[in-house]
Amino acid sequence: MEIPHVVEVHPETGVANAKLGLWLFLASEVMLFGALFSSYILLRVAAVEWPQGSTILNVPMATFNTLVLIASSVTVVMSWLSLKLNDFAKYRVYMGITIVCAFIFLIVKYFEYTAKFDHGLSPATSTFLAIYFTITGLHAIHIIGGIVVNGYLLGPGARMWKTDPEQFTGRVEAAGLYWHFVDLVWIFLFPVLYLL
Amino acid sequence: MENVIYGWWLPPDVSTHGHQIDFIINLVHWFMLVLFVGWSVFLAVALVKFRARPGHKANPTGVTSHLSTYMEVGVAVAEVVLLVGLAIPTWAEQKAAVPAEDEVGLVVRAVGEQFAWNFHYPGPDGKFGRTAIELVDGGNPLGLDSSDPAAADDITTINQFHFPVGEKVLLYLSSKDVIHSFFLPVMRVKQDAIPGMTVPLWFEATETGSFEVGCAQLCGLGHYRMKGYMTIDTAESFAAWMKEQAELASFEDDYY
Amino acid sequence: MSDEHHQELSWIRKYVFSTDHKVIGIQYGVTALFFLFFGFCLMMLMRWQLAYPGQPIPLIGSLFSDSTAPGGIMLPEFYNQLGAMHGTIMVFLGVVPMAVGAFGNYVMPLQIGAPDMAFPKLNMVSYWVYFLGGVVMLCSFFVPGGAAQSGWTSYPPLSIVASEGQTWWLVGMLFLIASSLLGSVNFIVTILHLRAPGMTMFRLPIFVWAQLVTSFLLLLAFPALQAASTLQFMDRVFGSSFFLPSGLVVGGEALAVSGGGSPLLWQHLFWFLAHPEVYVLILPALGIVAEVIATNTRKPLWGYRSLVYSLIFLGFMSFIVWAHHMYMTGMGTTMSNFFQTTTMIISIPSVVILTALIISLWGGAIRFTVPMLFALAFLPMFGIGGLTGLPLGLATPDIHLHDTYYVIGHFHYVVAPGTIFALFAGVYHWFPKITGRHMNQTLGKLHFWTSLVFINGVFMPMFFQGMAGVSRRLYDQTFYAHGAAVQDLTIISSVSAWLLGLAQLFFIVNFFRSIFAGPKVEDDNPWQSTTLEWATPTPPPHGNFLVTPTVYRGPYEYSQPGVDADFTPQNIADENIADGNVAGGGTAPGQP
Ligand code: HEA
Ligand code: HEA
Ligand code: CUA
Ligand SMILES: [Cu+2]
Repeated sequence: MEIPHVVEVHPETGVANAKLGLWLFLASEVMLFGALFSSYILLRVAAVEWPQGSTILNVPMATFNTLVLIASSVTVVMSWLSLKLNDFAKYRVYMGITIVCAFIFLIVKYFEYTAKFDHGLSPATSTFLAIYFTITGLHAIHIIGGIVVNGYLLGPGARMWKTDPEQFTGRVEAAGLYWHFVDLVWIFLFPVLYLL
Repeated sequence: MENVIYGWWLPPDVSTHGHQIDFIINLVHWFMLVLFVGWSVFLAVALVKFRARPGHKANPTGVTSHLSTYMEVGVAVAEVVLLVGLAIPTWAEQKAAVPAEDEVGLVVRAVGEQFAWNFHYPGPDGKFGRTAIELVDGGNPLGLDSSDPAAADDITTINQFHFPVGEKVLLYLSSKDVIHSFFLPVMRVKQDAIPGMTVPLWFEATETGSFEVGCAQLCGLGHYRMKGYMTIDTAESFAAWMKEQAELASFEDDYY
Repeated sequence: MSDEHHQELSWIRKYVFSTDHKVIGIQYGVTALFFLFFGFCLMMLMRWQLAYPGQPIPLIGSLFSDSTAPGGIMLPEFYNQLGAMHGTIMVFLGVVPMAVGAFGNYVMPLQIGAPDMAFPKLNMVSYWVYFLGGVVMLCSFFVPGGAAQSGWTSYPPLSIVASEGQTWWLVGMLFLIASSLLGSVNFIVTILHLRAPGMTMFRLPIFVWAQLVTSFLLLLAFPALQAASTLQFMDRVFGSSFFLPSGLVVGGEALAVSGGGSPLLWQHLFWFLAHPEVYVLILPALGIVAEVIATNTRKPLWGYRSLVYSLIFLGFMSFIVWAHHMYMTGMGTTMSNFFQTTTMIISIPSVVILTALIISLWGGAIRFTVPMLFALAFLPMFGIGGLTGLPLGLATPDIHLHDTYYVIGHFHYVVAPGTIFALFAGVYHWFPKITGRHMNQTLGKLHFWTSLVFINGVFMPMFFQGMAGVSRRLYDQTFYAHGAAVQDLTIISSVSAWLLGLAQLFFIVNFFRSIFAGPKVEDDNPWQSTTLEWATPTPPPHGNFLVTPTVYRGPYEYSQPGVDADFTPQNIADENIADGNVAGGGTAPGQP
């Protein structure tokens, strides 16, 4: 027996299974990052002293990374649009760029982290740095997750385009939603940690 | 040492506010008992009356009266009464309305550590000496700074808590290491001792006697033996005890 | 049907890495029963130390290592490990996997008429991640310093200065959280999207509603513990100070950390999960009880809609009561008033649910089958547990009762004779569908009556101990005068616990014997139930239904006027009732 609503949307919710599942997953992610941001606020309010992020962290690097992620958000939409327009070759290009952007982000992040460690700054140094490493670290893990998913959809997963284009497009859309969420978290993180 | 009889219900109460807590506890339990018995009778009757047996058929409509709604409203009303009439006011009085230092007979600090209660009395000058963690060692568990003039007459004890009867006691509670909970069963006092926080609490005893100070929060392998001794003195015997402690302290100073 | 079903699956794909929700449900069930049993054994050891403090454990005492129980005498640190792991295992590895993972997985898709879960592969992943979490937890007993020993609540700073086992606990928890999150996404999508034609939301059995609300609680509450565990992990492994304030002196040494953290932050995050979590323990149990009661009273549940609304309201409210576990942390009046009030409010839907279930009995023709006995006992037992929540929920009585055995009594009444009894009811109720064989009724009744007596013997004394002021988590309560005075109660409790253990033999024997030698089920619907899980062949094949069922009516149409049979399954069209087709068995095709 086939599982219903894998492709065709459900009349009551207006979406297919994967998309609904993804929205639910994102709801729990919002709670996760919400809990971390609340912790950040609580600790900061209670702290005797709290450094200004920009005095410790590298704002230009992070600004660059913000732009990279925003660009990748655009390309991931383009890749989905290309599928909608039945242009598989373009899809590959845009998806490829998205993944490259994610790698650039991680490489920049790597340099940021090692620069901190070289200066002897670590989570043990202060609560500010602890929350910085924890939240950005967790975010980086989400980026890696995105690379894995997008990489799959670019590589072996793309075979589905031949057998079931509609479901494949649905998957790309869901992966894109996730990717937008990861970007959005960064767009929150950047001012909160680096600027405020 | 009085012969205290502990039993299967609340321990004796020697505090001025304890009877309010006991009153709510007992009242809530009567309320619960009435509800439970009522429901149980209904359950028992239903089970006997409607057991499956030859010739008996179920009636799909069941209960049509609104009795259950009234009862649910009744439960809600009773809860509101308990909450607004008793629990909230008593809490406001006991936990929130802490008296000022000049309104009380004794100010004292209690500091939990694995696995003992340290008590710190300010002495005749009424001022606590400075404490610093760098100064903490085996002989000075609170890290009292002996170079501070206010510290000269301070008295510190381990697991010995004396206070006078009939006077308000203001106690500043904190902890050196992990979370403990300061528990005086016969005074109906319980308060977590949390490192990094100092929480004020107050109480007043109505009778003299010797009792125990407990730790109510899991604090490590010695949690079960983190017990102190509490003595409620008369004003005279409290003064005598203070003097004795002061002599002990000065003797130790000479000795070292 | 797709041709996937025609090709033979290898043994591994069929039973180990299966994507069939029924196989996964059974995997969850077997694993969870193992953990329940294991958690039970930990507790039996603790009960020895409590009753006879400092005396060598009889029979098996010599098996323990010198770091746990030298000469058979349990060390305090080992007692603390047993306590923390009993709590953790029972809650996260026993009851939730049994109530949600096993029954939810097996029964829910059948009850909504779905061929499987929405994401079968994800379902498999959930189980294996849960399994890994369980393995990590079990292994933690063997690391230096032993398993976690800071309580299932893991309050810092204690948990941060604790031995290595705590890190394993955190890693294990992160696995379990991941598993629950994946599972809850799957459950919600399945319930919302995979309902059979005609199965509107208000025709869903209460069990399904309970699973839906539970899944939302898991989905939205667990991330708080995910965050908290991550932060505690950072504190323990990378030396940060999220939960460590400045100026700590541990064991006479100043702790070398940057400080500036807050121990209470952990408590807020933990209880933000753990309060909804306790409703995760009870809601599926309520769902099972509702199914069993409806089937065995032969009449519709009373107040179906008010049950549904109460479940939803309960789920919603459970997010804003968490700080009633923290009254003694030095909370001001505003905070305490808020949380006392919300706590009183949340008790009302519970009263409504319980009342609806009891009233459902009125007018029925009650069959005292074994599952029904457990379901009926659930009502007063949960009643005791719930009612004793009231004095705890009011902050003032909680001054005396907080962290005493009264709390232990309160929550065990809701989880043990409450949830565990409901789980037993579920096992006896669905066993014939799952295995195709009946369990033995006599052994079942023996199991029920002995369990009922002894479980009260275990937990009733705890209320009196708590009243007397005995704190929980005490290795030896006779250290205190008020504890020594009620030591008799402790002994009663312990002896009852061991007898309760013996009583479980009736169940274990019955369970395993019936799997292989129980009388075969003749009818697909042996209890003459109305819900869809009984409209499948027994045991249900891969894909569940021979023909996708169509649903024509609500879930509990028993003893309907004008119908000969005393039950009308959900998939029977009105025209077919007249044909006398109703009692004809569950496989009746859904189409008119
Ligand atoms: C399944 C789990 C479960 C459930 C359902 C509940 C339900 C409730 N709990 Fe409980 N609770 C726990 C599990 C649970 N609890 C656990 C595990 C802890 C301890 C954690 C720890 O510290 O380790 C705890 C601790 C705990 C505390 C903290 C105590 C302390 O540490 O000092 C408080 C305080 O408010 C509380 C309150 C309540 C309330 C008001 C309810 C209400 O929802 C109850 C409402 C129900 C009723 C009012 C009953 C109505 C009954 C009937 C209508 C039927 C009667 C029928 C017959 C007689 C036939 N609980
Ligand atoms: C769901 C949760 C759950 C359940 C079911 C139980 C069940 C039991 N618990 Fe526990 N308990 C906790 C959750 C639970 N507990 C928690 C959270 C704590 C706090 C820990 C802490 O302090 O941090 C605690 C603490 C706790 C203490 C206090 C320790 C202390 O404070 O020092 C005690 C003491 O007696 C105790 C006893 C019992 C007993 C006698 C049972 C019995 O009722 C058990 C009954 C169970 C059964 C009857 C099931 C047996 C199952 C089988 C036999 C399966 C059959 C197997 C096959 C077919 C293979 N528990
Ligand atoms: Cu200190 Cu328990
Ligand atoms: Cu709670």
